[in-house]
Amino acid sequence: MTAPLLEIDDLAISYKVGDHDQRVVHGVSFHIDRGEVVALVGESGSGKTTTAQAVLGLLAGNGRIEHGAIRLNGTDIAHWPQKRLDTIRGAVVSLIPQDPGSSLNPVRTIGAQVAEVLQIHGRGDRRAIRAQTLDLLTRVGLVPAEMRADQYPHELSGGMKQRVLIAIAVALKPDLIVADEPTSALDVTVQRVILDLIDELRRENGTAVLLVTHDLGVAADRASRLVVLQGGRIQEQGAVRDVLASPQSAYTRRLLSDAPSLTKARPARRAPTSGEDFAIVVEGLTHDFPVGGAAKSFRALDDVSFKVRRGTTHAIVGESGSGKTTTVRGVVGFLKPTAGRILIDGEDMTTLKGEALRQFRRNIQLVYQNPFGSLDPRQTIAQIVEEPLLNFAPPPKAERTKKVADMLHRVGLPESFLGRHPRALSGGQRQRVAIARALVLDPRVLVLDEAVSALDVTVQAQILALLDELQKALGLTYLFVSHDLAVVQQISDTVSVMYKGRQVDSGPIDTVFSRPDSDYTRELIDAIPGRKAPVLALSTASV
Amino acid sequence: MTSETHGESSAPGIAAIDGNQTGWTARLRRVPVTLALAWLVVLIVLLWAVAPGLFTSYSGTVGVPGEQLRPPSLEHVLGTDGLGRDLYARIVYGAVHSLSGAFVAVTVGLLSGTLLGLVAGARGGWTDATIMRLVDSMLAVPSLLLSLSIIVLLGFGTVEVAIAVGAVSVARFARLARSEVIRVRRSDYVEAAFGSGGTFWAVLWRHILPNSLTSVIALAALQFGSAILAISTLGFLGYGAPPPTPEWGLLIAEGRNYLSRAWWLTAAPGLVVVLVVLAADRISKAIGKTAP
Repeated sequence: MTAPLLEIDDLAISYKVGDHDQRVVHGVSFHIDRGEVVALVGESGSGKTTTAQAVLGLLAGNGRIEHGAIRLNGTDIAHWPQKRLDTIRGAVVSLIPQDPGSSLNPVRTIGAQVAEVLQIHGRGDRRAIRAQTLDLLTRVGLVPAEMRADQYPHELSGGMKQRVLIAIAVALKPDLIVADEPTSALDVTVQRVILDLIDELRRENGTAVLLVTHDLGVAADRASRLVVLQGGRIQEQGAVRDVLASPQSAYTRRLLSDAPSLTKARPARRAPTSGEDFAIVVEGLTHDFPVGGAAKSFRALDDVSFKVRRGTTHAIVGESGSGKTTTVRGVVGFLKPTAGRILIDGEDMTTLKGEALRQFRRNIQLVYQNPFGSLDPRQTIAQIVEEPLLNFAPPPKAERTKKVADMLHRVGLPESFLGRHPRALSGGQRQRVAIARALVLDPRVLVLDEAVSALDVTVQAQILALLDELQKALGLTYLFVSHDLAVVQQISDTVSVMYKGRQVDSGPIDTVFSRPDSDYTRELIDAIPGRKAPVLALSTASV
Repeated sequence: MTSETHGESSAPGIAAIDGNQTGWTARLRRVPVTLALAWLVVLIVLLWAVAPGLFTSYSGTVGVPGEQLRPPSLEHVLGTDGLGRDLYARIVYGAVHSLSGAFVAVTVGLLSGTLLGLVAGARGGWTDATIMRLVDSMLAVPSLLLSLSIIVLLGFGTVEVAIAVGAVSVARFARLARSEVIRVRRSDYVEAAFGSGGTFWAVLWRHILPNSLTSVIALAALQFGSAILAISTLGFLGYGAPPPTPEWGLLIAEGRNYLSRAWWLTAAPGLVVVLVVLAADRISKAIGKTAP
């Protein structure tokens, strides 16, 4: 066992774009020993997924390994044809894909899909394979296995689908599992359970894991060694403890200080004024959605109430399906609630209609989660930011132009961006444009619906800093919706924790985090990745 | 914060913009050969329609006595028909009839179809249901039958035929426009526009219409080819422009009588129709590809 299980040596990969090759991985070298967990950490575009795909021989059609070796058990597989790779995929190396929602075949039962990998590699007859399948499903916690095996993917939740994918990955007891962002699409509490499961199975079989993740917290919790990638080059690699305690490269240091789940030292926030000046008051908000027949309905929100003081940030936290989005859409006036009142600056939004509602919208603006979908691809940045002004008694052209330029400057974008189209901007830059558009009407309340969730940690930290600065300068009130408790802890003054349409916890952020009322909140806090690495708090505080 | 914006100014997206600014010659060289040929065909046919006198010295309608049914020669490139008229000249002079007919047909279909689809997709509810059931019933009738009935109602003539052909394509434009509008309507930026206080018509004009139009324009190019075909079909059946108008469909119909003795009288105009339809199809595909 002296030779490492997987050795990647000076690997370079390029993609054919148009008529030239664009290199995305530049001479990456690292190794994985037997039974070890190595985390490949980096932001989008860092080449981490490309590297992982190369290990499995699953590069996209236009991808090519330029040079370098991928040695598995000492054999270089970098230039093996697909047919030969088929013999080791599943049996020696296997994959846990990123998105459980689209990785299973929707028209076959999960039992058949688990059995498939056993059949391909000819492990026993029909009956033996069925027995093994049931055994595997039981092992990954899908019980009763007999019933689960005959279910279709749409009958399972996201976490359960990920368990099926894990069952497929471990079916043949491979030496190495490549887990490509295995939990990024899942809620935090589910995320923890799934990672625990991978850990447990790994220990049982002595499997090594290449964990590809953008989340340093997850990597710190689960891996023994870290490989930090940026722009297709390795910035740093070493034992987790060493890298976190004394990061050598500037990039790793920045990544560490920006990761919200690892930053224990919260930026000092002004204490919320104890006055009774509330910008948002939500009372007994209830929302029913009709399902199927006219008589039936689904209660998405049940008696939710909270108050937000002017100039402070209130966060709404919850997992998917908790009613966060319904609350937000009610507050900005896109949905009429079944019952309850929403007061913005003392005026009841729920009674407004037509022109009155349209006029009222200038007081409350929304920033969307996905900066790639919320900007019209045909407009220039100047047109996008200018548009809200045109909706309400537009000021003269010169004044508008000046206001747009000022706004762009406010959100930290250079004036040269005015004539550009959204496609020429990065995700972070687009989100700045979306914030500029929301603020150009001088609203009093800004609703941020998962506004930083789609961004890389460093960009996320910059946007959060920008929001903080704008709040101080303009006296804005924020309603900040997120599934990420760590981010919430950084930015908000008060918080509502939502669970299945109910508000299970509410109050000042420190109270809720230190003395949560409900078991659910406690579970949510415990599930924040990166909490197992106490050494971090010290190291980042000193940076 | 500023470090992000400065650091990212060398992002690939910006490089792409610089790429767009390299001269038009370089861009022209990247145009596929087939697309260039398609544009060439359309250009020639357009010139025929605008200035037929430049391409031939013969008349399109008056025959030369004693020159009947001549095979292709240097004097008559495509030969002459049963009345001694030069076939090439008739095809050249016929371009204006076929093209203007197709143009009117596509305009009728594009404008009324897109309007119907836009209103149906953007309004939704019962407006949508009513318009789309109407469109469905139009699609249920075979297109040739529908055109023929409209011609019977309107009377014979080039414009009447064009309107009949255009009316048939209304349903296709309406369906496509509606599906595009519904796709765009669901996007975040449309909701954001409503959220920032935009009125229904402002949002429709600023966001929904421009973003749904690309595929509709591509369909218009495609329909241009089909319209020429449909107009020729109606001309062939005798519902189009009356003789001696040198309309392409009519040319094919007249040549049919001499098929065994002079096959080129049907083949040549038929080939021209095929070429124009193929060119329109190729251009339509190229437009469709530019859709975001």
